[in-house]
Amino acid sequence: MTDAWFAGTTPDDPESGAQCIREGRASAPTDWPAEAVESGFAADETDYYAKLRSATLSAARDAVAERERADDVQLAHAVRAMDDAERTANELAERVVEWAGTLYESVPRGLDGVRDIAAREPSTAAEERVVSYATRAVDLLDERDELRAFIEERAPTSAPNLAEMAGPVLAARLISLAGGLDSLAKSPSGTVQVLGAEDALFAHLKGRASSPKHGVIFTHEYVRGTRPQDRGSAARAFAGKLSIAARIDHYSGDYRPEIHEELADRMATIRAREEEGGE
Amino acid sequence: MSDDHSADSPALPTGVDRRSFDGRMRLSTRGGPVYGEPVDSDGWRAWDAGRSKLGAMLELGMDTGLVGGETVLYLGAASGTTVSHVADFAGATYAVEFAPRPVRDLVGVAEARDNLFPLLKDARDPDSYAHVVESGVDCLIMDVATRGQADVAVSNRQFLADDGRLLMAVKARSEDVTADPDEVFADVLSALESAYEIIETERLDRFHADHLGIVARPK
Repeated sequence: MTDAWFAGTTPDDPESGAQCIREGRASAPTDWPAEAVESGFAADETDYYAKLRSATLSAARDAVAERERADDVQLAHAVRAMDDAERTANELAERVVEWAGTLYESVPRGLDGVRDIAAREPSTAAEERVVSYATRAVDLLDERDELRAFIEERAPTSAPNLAEMAGPVLAARLISLAGGLDSLAKSPSGTVQVLGAEDALFAHLKGRASSPKHGVIFTHEYVRGTRPQDRGSAARAFAGKLSIAARIDHYSGDYRPEIHEELADRMATIRAREEEGGE
Repeated sequence: MSDDHSADSPALPTGVDRRSFDGRMRLSTRGGPVYGEPVDSDGWRAWDAGRSKLGAMLELGMDTGLVGGETVLYLGAASGTTVSHVADFAGATYAVEFAPRPVRDLVGVAEARDNLFPLLKDARDPDSYAHVVESGVDCLIMDVATRGQADVAVSNRQFLADDGRLLMAVKARSEDVTADPDEVFADVLSALESAYEIIETERLDRFHADHLGIVARPK
């Protein structure tokens, strides 16, 4: 039996060949053109290459369409689901800890408390209910962790530069807030800077507040770890490079180490102001 | 500037020619235009060495051993700028690229050529395309911007004919953005030694900063 892509396909059906090209594997190459002629898949070498061409073209087209269609949408849903799971788990945790406090002595607070309760052996009907309830919350926490792992695995392939610069989760958040990698790539950097701060932005536009310096990018160490009077500069520099990263990811897709270096340099300059003691 | 290297450098492969574009002698091949390059009245299109590492290697007079008509495995085809020129003068050309977005453009380039086979595959995982790419290819061309470029060359040695050639452009910054390029190149060359004998190396800095062109043959 051979591992060739054309094994088991019908010679005149490029679709079945395309599927084998996408899904097949072999531990080593062979002289496939000769084998194809020998096995009767192709009349001669020219015929083989013509068949290979239509199968590879169709495989590449399908694979590209599938990957492009899917990846950023999946990331956006995954990050929203992760947030829902976390918010709900916290809500359940509050109830669990409060309730368990009436049944057990010394219940740790918060999510640790929930895991602690879920691991106990209930001995009364009330304990059974609270332990069962805690188990649901723990399941949700585990689901949140799996969603995070999924995002961390997917983001670097669908948005390599954005994921490297922002971290996979923040990258997914930005994609989700913008409504897709495509719209993020088309957003000006000023928009990227305040994504997630829409309430503050509209308050500002109505004349009720000063303009927001940052939205969700605040969660990144580049912004949060900069002292307050320099955060505006840090957020602006960071957002500028993020929007470039999103454009590279959307329009080209290859990884560019240069932009990450440039941003690191710029952040070092901004942070240096603090050491110099300037205002 | 127009004719440097042309006198003492090895012959260009059949199908590659130096022709005049806007008064400047430039490499060119014959085929449908791909990236907005100039085309002359005989249908030759300029091969921009500033956008192509292989173009730079030829322009700098490196002895690539290419004669034209060979079977080629090209790793890191990106959107097809260089591989389109390769397919113009080579025979069957397998183009492997990992990122989906560039492959969309690569498909367009391949549609206009009979001998170019695009594969959306990871060059670090040769088993994922060994059922498609034939053994005994004459030339393995590599322009992958990933860490572990030497490992990719070694694991793809299995496709190459024993008298074939490896033509590789190493990007120092892909290995380590902070390291000295010379150290990166030395590491890559010594990692290649397990499977290849190095024939020639040359810095491509005139066209591509911090890149090393390598010509090697399998051991």
